[in-house]
Amino acid sequence: MDVNRATRLGERLILAASAGKGCFRRRSLCASLPALLLLAALVAPPATADCAPQHLADTGLYADFAAKTLAPEVHPFSPQYALWSDGATKRRWIRLPPKKRIDARNPDAWVFPVGTRFWKEFAFGRRVETRLIERQADGEWHFATYRWNQDESDAVLVPETGVRHVAESRPGVPYDLPGVVECRACHESGLATILGFSALQLSSDRDPNALHGITPDPGSLDLDELLRRGWISDLPQAIAAHAPRVRAATPTERTALGYLHANCSNCHNSQSLIADLGLSFVVHADGTPDALATAVGHPSHYHPTGTTIERHIVPGDPDASLVMTRISNRGNARQMPPMDSHLADADAIALLSRWIRELAARPASESSPPNVTSPAPPSGNLPGG
Amino acid sequence: MKRRYAVSALAACAVAIAFAAPATHAADHPASAGDKAKVERGRYLVTFGGCNDCHTPWKMSDKGPEPDMSRMLSGHPQSLAIQAGVAPPPGPWMAVVGVTFTAWSGPWGVSFTKNLTPDKETGLGGWTEKEFIATMRTGRERGLGREILPPMPWQNYGKATDADLAAMFAYLKSIPAISNHVPDPIPPEAPPAK
Repeated sequence: MDVNRATRLGERLILAASAGKGCFRRRSLCASLPALLLLAALVAPPATADCAPQHLADTGLYADFAAKTLAPEVHPFSPQYALWSDGATKRRWIRLPPKKRIDARNPDAWVFPVGTRFWKEFAFGRRVETRLIERQADGEWHFATYRWNQDESDAVLVPETGVRHVAESRPGVPYDLPGVVECRACHESGLATILGFSALQLSSDRDPNALHGITPDPGSLDLDELLRRGWISDLPQAIAAHAPRVRAATPTERTALGYLHANCSNCHNSQSLIADLGLSFVVHADGTPDALATAVGHPSHYHPTGTTIERHIVPGDPDASLVMTRISNRGNARQMPPMDSHLADADAIALLSRWIRELAARPASESSPPNVTSPAPPSGNLPGG
Repeated sequence: MKRRYAVSALAACAVAIAFAAPATHAADHPASAGDKAKVERGRYLVTFGGCNDCHTPWKMSDKGPEPDMSRMLSGHPQSLAIQAGVAPPPGPWMAVVGVTFTAWSGPWGVSFTKNLTPDKETGLGGWTEKEFIATMRTGRERGLGREILPPMPWQNYGKATDADLAAMFAYLKSIPAISNHVPDPIPPEAPPAK
């Protein structure tokens, strides 16, 4: 990320941090033009520009909101490695503008056409929130969050500052709706704004051990289906010919690196604002994981008070590995990711501990391991993620 | 008494930012003169902005409490261990301030002021200008990390121009480095730490 991009991000973040600005200000302007609004609604029911509709029902996700029937141009997809969201069950959809394609020439950072929309639903027994991301005419992405009511008869746009404690992920553990600042912090700090819709995440060679994975809905898009439909262009032949998978020495490592990619690489990558930390958890579309070269054995800039922890990952010693301290803590300065989670991921703690212990047996020079075949998944994975 | 000083310090920060003069643009000067001007501009803003009020440990003098400039901007002293927060006394009080004005106990837990010197291990030595600016803009460490806690008035500093924030950072990088490992903040209801 260059200084200009960092500055733009900062400007957007501080704008979003100022409650009532941005979309809401423009909405007032829209309200002064009722005739134009009516015309716009007739021509294209979901809102355009960055003026998000007040109700999810007006965003184009459903053809029949009451029955929760998806609109015909909306398609489900499911990334193989999920972001931990305190155990929420999640579903995701994309709508591409008619006759438009995704530019995939950079297989790690697909470029989506203007008008592309993504929705992501979060549920804890019942629907709690649905998020909308839409690419605007100026190339920027607009973020909006809708909060479902108890009987799921409506979902209403929430303030850009987010809402705290709208539900509980576990008894007594609050679940918050993120503000736009948090949305942008994760989505605009990585190689690509859209995090779960990529060559690796949609690979048909799915990791059977991936944590919190769900069985994709019928008709879900994957990389093969996107290619068959001609919805992506210029994907490098090497990626198209061989379904992407994490390059790993063991099945445990494959799953661990995939988890770190989904949960940590949004900020920890070579293009981020904090790229100078030298830490990257990206797994590239060709399967190359950065973590082996940047995290294993490498010193950390952060040293938790009262500990002797100095390195991100110490092969063979999870207790001495900062990564374990980070993912095990919540509600204090050690927590990672630092936002939007009040509950540590017990499955991830077990997985990463197992992998770090496993690393002790590996020669230090081995940084690009061969691919391996993953066995059947173990039982006990939580739903959702 | 100490609390009154703390309130004054905060007010000084806010007032200083509100009335800060327009930025001097480094591009208006030749490189070396520009760098010097940038640092001087930063010195002015850091001084006027009241950064020493919280980030320099205070000591007691014959004139009352004052910043100990031998430890300028080095944050909460690591030697002054604080294990837990303390509730304010009954009455209209929100926070309790440590003896050095560098530790603040309130509803947010206990916050410790950061080491702003260029020490690479414990201060801003490993930071970049863009990280510093993003921190002031977002209220998050390096722009992406944990939330910055009260009483740091980042909301005010975040409204400064990029040029002014860059100048402040340039000045902070120019001052003497002091090795001082500021502890992590203490959450209000600390969960079991690993």
